[in-house]
Amino acid sequence: MAEKGVAQVWRRFDSIYNLIGTHCSNCGTYYFPPRLVCPKCRRKGKLEEYKYKGLGKIHTFSIVRQAPENFKRQVPYVVAQVQLDEGPRLTAQIVNIDPEDVKIGMRVRVCFRKITEYGEGGIIVYGYKFEPTMIVTGHE
Amino acid sequence: MVGIIGYGVYIPRYRIKTEEIACVWGEDGEAMAHGLRVFEKSLPGPDEDVVTISTEAARNAVKYAELDPKRIGAVYVGSESHPYAVKPTGTIVSEAIGCSTDMTCADFEFACKAGTAAVQACMGLVSSKMIDVGLAIGADTAQGRPGDALEYSAAAGGVAILIGKENPVATIETTTSFTTDTPDFWRREGEDFPSHGARFTGEPAYFRHVEEGAKALMKKTDTTIDDYDYFVFHQPNGKFPMAMGKTLGVPMEKLEDSLVVKDIGNTYSASAMMGLARILDIADPGSKIFMVSYGSGAGSDAFSIVVEDEIEAHRGEVPTVDDYIKRKTYVNYSIYAKYRRKIKALG
Amino acid sequence: MSDRVAIVGVGMSKFGELWEKSLREITLEAGMYAIFDADVQGKEIDAISIGNMSAGRFTGQEHLGALAVDMGGLGNIPAYSVEAACASGGAAVRQAYMSIKSGEHDVMLVLGCEKMSDVSQSEAMDTISVASDMDWEGMFGATFPALYAFIARRHMMEYGTTDEQMGKVAVKNHYNAQFNPWAQFQRALPLKVVMNSGMLADPIRVLHSSPITDGAAGLVMCSEERAKEFTDNPVFVDASTQATASLALHDRKDICTMDSVVLSSRRALERANLSIEDIDVFELHDSFTISEIVLTEDVGLAKKGEGGKLVDEGITELKGEFPVNTSGGLKARGHPIGATGVAQIVELALQLRGDAEKRQVEGAEKAMAVNIGGTGATSIVHILGR
Repeated sequence: MAEKGVAQVWRRFDSIYNLIGTHCSNCGTYYFPPRLVCPKCRRKGKLEEYKYKGLGKIHTFSIVRQAPENFKRQVPYVVAQVQLDEGPRLTAQIVNIDPEDVKIGMRVRVCFRKITEYGEGGIIVYGYKFEPTMIVTGHE
Repeated sequence: MVGIIGYGVYIPRYRIKTEEIACVWGEDGEAMAHGLRVFEKSLPGPDEDVVTISTEAARNAVKYAELDPKRIGAVYVGSESHPYAVKPTGTIVSEAIGCSTDMTCADFEFACKAGTAAVQACMGLVSSKMIDVGLAIGADTAQGRPGDALEYSAAAGGVAILIGKENPVATIETTTSFTTDTPDFWRREGEDFPSHGARFTGEPAYFRHVEEGAKALMKKTDTTIDDYDYFVFHQPNGKFPMAMGKTLGVPMEKLEDSLVVKDIGNTYSASAMMGLARILDIADPGSKIFMVSYGSGAGSDAFSIVVEDEIEAHRGEVPTVDDYIKRKTYVNYSIYAKYRRKIKALG
Repeated sequence: MSDRVAIVGVGMSKFGELWEKSLREITLEAGMYAIFDADVQGKEIDAISIGNMSAGRFTGQEHLGALAVDMGGLGNIPAYSVEAACASGGAAVRQAYMSIKSGEHDVMLVLGCEKMSDVSQSEAMDTISVASDMDWEGMFGATFPALYAFIARRHMMEYGTTDEQMGKVAVKNHYNAQFNPWAQFQRALPLKVVMNSGMLADPIRVLHSSPITDGAAGLVMCSEERAKEFTDNPVFVDASTQATASLALHDRKDICTMDSVVLSSRRALERANLSIEDIDVFELHDSFTISEIVLTEDVGLAKKGEGGKLVDEGITELKGEFPVNTSGGLKARGHPIGATGVAQIVELALQLRGDAEKRQVEGAEKAMAVNIGGTGATSIVHILGR
């Protein structure tokens, strides 16, 4: 037996670190989180790994003010559904912005953050969150 | 010749003003800010640590270099605030930037110069052809004991430098180091905050090591102050590097562009590297940079660097040091205490 | 095989924070009341169906089927424990319906229960979250209220639904609960208080949310032939349907519509050969007030986007044309997760029998219950008739 939850999250590192989902080459649909079966094509589906670009926009969001134990230090935090440019929507926190400035339709890009900790002595889980796109000097 | 083929930085969005901290301890904030020449400092958000800061900086570096991360043969992360006492930061960073499994990795610790030590290690591996490209990171989320002088400067940030031979944006001509056993600053296992020797951190520690390091490099390269366009020294505060420059006879205009400490504080393992990154953001091709890092305990690494024409093809792709400095929001001391885990009841 | 399935007994424990009572005590209490109400002998019950979401996490006890049979002194009869998150109660009712309809069982005791107050507030919140997609929603900090806030914010943006309309649902359900002796909150709630209550997960306020509740509910269900033995006032299950939608809310094309509810309610009406206007009284799953608004639309009481207006017009009030949640709903009766679906049927059976006292909808002939799990990943619909 592994320490509680360790193997469970470790086997998903690819997806939660690098936004690796799936793409069905039969129907052309992109999936995130990755799917084991294409719901449109089922046995005819051909799923392959796909790394998302990490750009999208906010579809809907909430500001969480009562949070589970592991999230208390972050309260209030913004959690949202982000519509990725390739199509699928995922659920993630929005950071690097004041909660009152978050708007539906806002452009966001993926960033890398601490998601949760399994207690003080347990592992730290890292993964994707999203932030407003940044101004880059010299970039149009 | 071995050089920097890409670099990236990251500075968290949060800032606290020197005055805000001073107010909690009944100090004169304005006098403190001008004395230290640190007006505000960065601090990590509640979900940021050396792993996330390193990853953000490294992703910027990879993008800047337009490099396939699978070519990276070594990842070394230098920090004094690795989130785990045992379990490497580097493995998390490597997977998060898409490295292959065919590479070596380790975490470095040498107070504020762990990052430049990582740069030297990568230079050695690249020069000896053991690896193609090495990634050296200096990153910290440094803490000062509440009320201690260090609390005004201990900050958060990270710099990632890709070392390789192909089309460098800046060539590293040479590097030297100066190392002694000088206990000016330390943190024992299990302690939340570091201890230091107060004024002992000055003359016998910072100033001696940076000066000896600088002199050794100039001697080795047979150069003088006049041969360089920019100078970068480790920045525990704004005062020390300025005093060092004065002692060595460096004109202020050759030093001031690197002094990011006044806006973000001392980013420890990233400190000198952040100054270097700011120079690389703005320097014209052909410019010569003189950098000396310093790590308590104690040692210094000195580098002589030349900016190449290649640099112009890479600018404008990732945020600069100034882009990150400008992206900020202020927090008060209570929020700072919550984010920095100074409130123990929160666990 | 039985043509129709009847409900011949109903029972409830008090809903609320029941500090003195354990999971097994409240479950036994609800079952006993249902058995007394039906005036059925223990030996005549040939199976138990029990709905519960998470006794393992809330109390450390699983295997509730055997527990219920044992506590009830019902000997060696089979027991089926079913789970469908917040729709576990509805699933237990449907399990009994299918068992009786198939002829496998004749007389069944249906139970739903949840004991939520034996863990800390944050443990309770964590446990409620397991009804969502834990790997891809819960792990990233999307609490259960936050997921409903996702729906509410889109509904407000797309259709102009207001904070006030969401508040009015709470006011209505609290008003009704005053007349329900089992309800957790038997007191009126002024709109101003709701609208001034703190944010739980913007735009969802604390008083838009159902509470943490201990409670159990029970039914005695049997074949039509056997029903005559127990009562001359039986209530019949005209239809029992169930449908599924994606587990994670982010996988739905339109998060303001619960396809599972649309499909299961439409199919139930077809089976019962009724149209929505024929239904006299409703229990619609209001874990958050926005879900009552969405459900009124998805069952066809209002056009998509006009659920808020329905509340403004008073149509869903106790004296309105289509009363919704006469029991007080999840908001005011309380929401002991696994018990809720059974408690909805208890309320509707009382309404059809004419036993709902001060909250009686006069002459109610047909009733509909919608019990959903998660954010609508499971929907279970029952239509009851006389």
